[in-house]
Amino acid sequence: MPTRVLVLFAHPALQKLRINVQLAAAARPVPGVTFHDLYENYPDFHIDVPREQELLRSHDVIVFQHPFYWYSCPALLKEWLDLVLEYGFAYGPGGTALHGKTLVSALTTGGPANAYARTGYNHFTMSELLAPFEQTALLCGMKWHGPFIVPGTVRLTDPAAIATHAADYAQFLTTLASK
Amino acid sequence: MDSLLFHAFIYLAAAVIAVPVAKRLGLGSVLGYLIAGILIGPHAFKLVGSSGGDVMHFAEFGVVMMLFLVGLELQPALLWRMRAQLLGLGGLQVFGTAALIALIGAAFGLGLRLPFAAGLILAMSSTAIVLSSLQERGQLKSPGGQAAFSVLLFQDIAVIPIFALLPLLAVAPLATPAAATAATAEAATAVAHSANAIAHLPGWAQTLATLAAVGAVVFAGRHLVNPLFRAIAKTGLRELFTAAALLLVIGVSLIMQLVGLSAALGTFVAGVVLANSEYRHELESDLEPFKGLLLGLFFITVGAGIDLALVAAQPGLIAALVVGLLVVKFAVLFALSRLFKLATPAGLLFAFALAQGGEFAFVLLSFVVDQNVLTSAQAAPLIATVALTMALTPLLFVINEKLVQPRFARPAAHARAADVIDPADQENPVIIAGFGRFGHIVGRLLRANGVGTTVLDLDADQIEIIRRLGIKVFYGDATRLDLLHAAGAARAKLIVIAIDDEAKAVELAETVQKHFPNLKIFARASGRVHAYQFQKRGVTTFYRETLASSLDLGVDVLRTLGFRAHQAHRAAQVFKQHDESAVRDLAQYWEDDARYFSEARRQIDAFDRMFANDAPGRRAFNDRGWEPIPSGDASRG
Repeated sequence: MPTRVLVLFAHPALQKLRINVQLAAAARPVPGVTFHDLYENYPDFHIDVPREQELLRSHDVIVFQHPFYWYSCPALLKEWLDLVLEYGFAYGPGGTALHGKTLVSALTTGGPANAYARTGYNHFTMSELLAPFEQTALLCGMKWHGPFIVPGTVRLTDPAAIATHAADYAQFLTTLASK
Repeated sequence: MDSLLFHAFIYLAAAVIAVPVAKRLGLGSVLGYLIAGILIGPHAFKLVGSSGGDVMHFAEFGVVMMLFLVGLELQPALLWRMRAQLLGLGGLQVFGTAALIALIGAAFGLGLRLPFAAGLILAMSSTAIVLSSLQERGQLKSPGGQAAFSVLLFQDIAVIPIFALLPLLAVAPLATPAAATAATAEAATAVAHSANAIAHLPGWAQTLATLAAVGAVVFAGRHLVNPLFRAIAKTGLRELFTAAALLLVIGVSLIMQLVGLSAALGTFVAGVVLANSEYRHELESDLEPFKGLLLGLFFITVGAGIDLALVAAQPGLIAALVVGLLVVKFAVLFALSRLFKLATPAGLLFAFALAQGGEFAFVLLSFVVDQNVLTSAQAAPLIATVALTMALTPLLFVINEKLVQPRFARPAAHARAADVIDPADQENPVIIAGFGRFGHIVGRLLRANGVGTTVLDLDADQIEIIRRLGIKVFYGDATRLDLLHAAGAARAKLIVIAIDDEAKAVELAETVQKHFPNLKIFARASGRVHAYQFQKRGVTTFYRETLASSLDLGVDVLRTLGFRAHQAHRAAQVFKQHDESAVRDLAQYWEDDARYFSEARRQIDAFDRMFANDAPGRRAFNDRGWEPIPSGDASRG
């Protein structure tokens, strides 16, 4: 059975940012990928929990794709985590729905890659900052996959460079889907 | 000058001149057509002559079309719900009227049989005039209009057994069983106005054929009409569709006549079957002009057929018959409206609407003369009477509307005493005044969340509907202080004012402020001006009834045009916030016209600027946190 990849895309203001438009456009057509646009589906934050849980059940790899706002995810994805990963579904007794699946983060960061180090102004590394997501995967019995990161989006204006990132992302997802 | 075109010219010209004048005078189009008919008829300007009868037969098809169109608007389920009214009200009307006329005839020494025969004939009302008048006034769906329609439908059905019954009422020697049977066979022919193909069959076969015909109509309506129309729609030829619509109605009429059923009834059934069809509206708009013209023609021929010479010869007798018929029918109808628990205004509409004789009477009267039940000397005054009562019907509608209803409508609404409010309901934290389309949504939301509400409403029909849905509503005028006390206003936390009447809503807010200062007010405002009235009285918790739904629609339009859902959602939020504060701000200028409009314009401009991307007003969106920080300033993750 082929690997089914679910991209949970969370961006509150896609109209404002080119890079995320390109990444989203690159992700949509990849075979085996279900692209799920959270802000488009739940503009008023009223999340359909059973529907989301069903989506999780029917996929093997879950990708959180979002800008890395304040060292975390946009508000709607946090709301999604709080409501969808229920006790008894994702963890706790009987909460085995996600066991064996894989969790991946696909992020854009405003700061450059070298900012995420003891020597940089963000002080912590990306692995450290992503610890809450990694632990979320572990508690749910999922495998944590290393993240896909497009750093330095503040200075990323060259269309060719953006296109390269988009192509890399499509390749990344293709690899996930063909495992 | 006797050509078809000349006649068409006369009929159309009479209609085009008379109808607008009658409408202008507030008399309705039906009376306009009737007067036009009298004017061009053989007794006034003599523009149309002996051909009137043929034209009438042709024009009667307008009634058939009208019933088809009425059927189209009637869901089968609705018809089923009307069954008690149809059979009970209709049956009692026909036989009650006939019996009363028979008794009156007996009192005049005419015996029972003859007056009973006349009574059955005169009990019929005019489907054409009544339905047209009700439709024109938008009253067909009202309780009184529905009841009238039920009775008319019953009469359409009843006319068939009446044809069979009339010969049996013939005076002595002619009423031998053999003659009666022969007459019954002939009766079916007369109903159909044409050769009845199954009259020679035995009774059971006739019944079977009739059922088969109705079944065929229903089957065709369910399964054949839609594919047929779909194929025709594909050709893109508009006139072909019209032709198919006419073919449908004429075809059904022919089938019904073949088995001796009324064509009007048959097409009505066809209409009901097609009420759920996707082509309903096309059928309606295609047939509507034909129906209108044919009905107009029909009314003109009725007008032209009024024998003014006979009226002039026996004015006393005719006047007595006209008044007598109207009074008797009105009395029976109004009594029945009471029996069937119609409210007084609805009962009056019902009784005024159906008090005339009908077009069936013309057919039935010529039939009974043929059958020697009545002599033509006896029938002639009756024909004139029926025609005159038909002509008077539009006037009766006007009298009912202008003189009678105004007297009854108001007192009737207040005549009902306020319900006694249960003690348990006096402790509810919320009072809802007005439980219509606005209040009931608020009420259901509260109820679903376990909040106890005491609901008051003034619309008896609405209360009936809400109660049938299992929700407790008390009848009463919430603006009355004693009733507010009884509803527990002194102990409740808040009151939702959701009544329709704008002035009453403001009045209620004032009463609450004065007598129950601790009761918080949440008011439904119909629009800005209404909102200003609340604001002026210090009620700032008002809610304009269309704001939320128009914003919902606007959001979906933006999304359809390609906006991000969340962006559209937030734009609506920004709009709402701005507009709510603008309304509260503008309230102070409402009385100063010039100032008001200059302020309103300023606010609209300010609002439009807010949405411009580079404007400082963009701040209102509060969404700069999602934007990339200025290039070169890399101080954030």
